[in-house]
Amino acid sequence: MNGPRNISEFVHGGEVRDMPDPNRCSDREWAEYVFYYDNAITVIREWWLHVASGYWFIAERHTATDEIIRTYDPSEIYKERVDFSKDAEEKTA
Amino acid sequence: MPFALLKYGLKKDYPFEKDADLPPPTELKSHYDVVIIGGGGHGVATAYYLAKYHGITNVAILEKGYLGGGNTARNTAVIRSNYLTPEGVKFYAASVKLFEGLSNEFDFNIMYSKRGQLTLAHTDAAVRGFRQRAEINKHFGGNTELIDPQQIRELVPTLNMNPSHLPVLAGLWHMDGATARHDAVAWGYAKGATQRGVELHQLTEVTDVIVDNGRVTAIKTNRGTVGCGCAIQAVAGHSSLLAAKAGFRLPILSYPLQAMVTQPVKPFLDPLVSSPSLHCYVQQTSRGELVFGGGSDPYPLYNTRSTMDLKESLLANAVELFPFMANIRLMRQWTGLTDMTSDYSPIMGLSPVENYYLDAGWGTWGFKSTPICGKTMAELVASGGKVPALIKPFALDRFNTFRQVNEMGATAASH
Ligand SMILES: Cc1cc2nc3c(=O)[nH]c(=O)nc-3n(C[C@H](O)[C@H](O)[C@H](O)COP(=O)(O)OP(=O)(O)OC[C@H]3O[C@@H](n4cnc5c(N)ncnc54)[C@H](O)[C@@H]3O)c2cc1C
Repeated sequence: MNGPRNISEFVHGGEVRDMPDPNRCSDREWAEYVFYYDNAITVIREWWLHVASGYWFIAERHTATDEIIRTYDPSEIYKERVDFSKDAEEKTA
Repeated sequence: MPFALLKYGLKKDYPFEKDADLPPPTELKSHYDVVIIGGGGHGVATAYYLAKYHGITNVAILEKGYLGGGNTARNTAVIRSNYLTPEGVKFYAASVKLFEGLSNEFDFNIMYSKRGQLTLAHTDAAVRGFRQRAEINKHFGGNTELIDPQQIRELVPTLNMNPSHLPVLAGLWHMDGATARHDAVAWGYAKGATQRGVELHQLTEVTDVIVDNGRVTAIKTNRGTVGCGCAIQAVAGHSSLLAAKAGFRLPILSYPLQAMVTQPVKPFLDPLVSSPSLHCYVQQTSRGELVFGGGSDPYPLYNTRSTMDLKESLLANAVELFPFMANIRLMRQWTGLTDMTSDYSPIMGLSPVENYYLDAGWGTWGFKSTPICGKTMAELVASGGKVPALIKPFALDRFNTFRQVNEMGATAASH
């Protein structure tokens, strides 16, 4: 999958960030998560989709030079499934 | 028309402008009542209105590059008020009004040219959206109506009515649509402000914001530190970087926005034409050049490089709209850095730091608002932080209370 390709084959999916627990966090925390960014000049981790193959991956990119430092499979970071159903059950219980 | 122009027109002598230049550079003072960070249109307009209406002249505008060298002189100069929300329409309509009188006010020709803007609907959903925009517009001070394909043919006879197999179904005809010479706007305000005593310091970069007990007390620059009664940041694409120095985050991401211009050709296009479905807008300048623009780049970046991707997609769409343009040569392409909010409305007013005011989140649509921004920001500063009604809806706080002012549909690709 890695290698030089036209940027038009890819869709940007936003920065990789930790989601607060939507059922327990405050409105302010949720707003911070959805709307606010550091938007700094630095290397950031972000989601990208290779459209042709439907493959989501993570890339580390510098926000000023546009240099892509590293790309890898999300499984390197996300080792466990997030189970939303548990929360949902708790809420309705 | 500016009176100076009429006077010169009737005289034999070559026109001579007595105060053509800005005052020569001076040392920075140790303290200013107001420090404005960013010498773009918004910064200098704020200084102008502070001096003119509020008598506040102990003001420094700090600009890291040169006057208007940021987005002010990079934009495609579209002025309009055909937005979707009542808050947006009221605000932009007030700006259009100010623009109309600006050449006379400056006695300096900003080449304000009202030609009307035509936005094309290629889908039923777009027609419905336009109908809503036209009604809201009429109600809140804009001049807009829905027109049919025959009226469009009459307005723009050279337009391909079936571009990319997306037939033109209707148009949003905005009679207030206009352009102006953007650097003239910056110069007009800068001259008016400096003549009243405001200092404009170019090549002066703000490197830090000193906050003491939740209040701004001083601004650090590459030329030393200056104390301030209050500060305003109006730095367009660099908004988040400045806010970080003042100690807070903004709901903003910075994206490059590119535009381009062709060699001049015979006049054939009077209105500004834009197609949201084709992500493209085209207008002809008074010199005959065609100016093209589209949407922002597809991911955040602090870089003003130009890309082949954009040239290709933008030109392909422009040629769909006006097929004979394929024979015209491209002359220049450039990029500016835009600070995008998720609701496509600005962030104006108070910040988490006391006496530190925000004029940010202008994204791809802030040139048209330059006069009203300056006027309302000056009111805010002069009153010591009382937010004028016109800009209340654009408070930073709206993101924390989930009360966005959604202008996305009315903003993208028409700037
Ligand atoms: C290609 C393009 C097309 C556009 N088309 C349109 C259009 O048709 N219509 C419309 O309404 N809007 C348009 N816009 C948007 C519009 O140009 C901007 O929203 C508007 O110019 C913002 O004005 P400003 O004065 O805030 O910013 P700017 O003119 O960018 O001024 C900000 C200034 O701050 C300075 N600065 C930054 N950091 C520092 C620092 N640390 N210290 C000191 N100074 C600093 C910069 O050098 C800059 O001069 C377009 C933008 C682009 C890029």
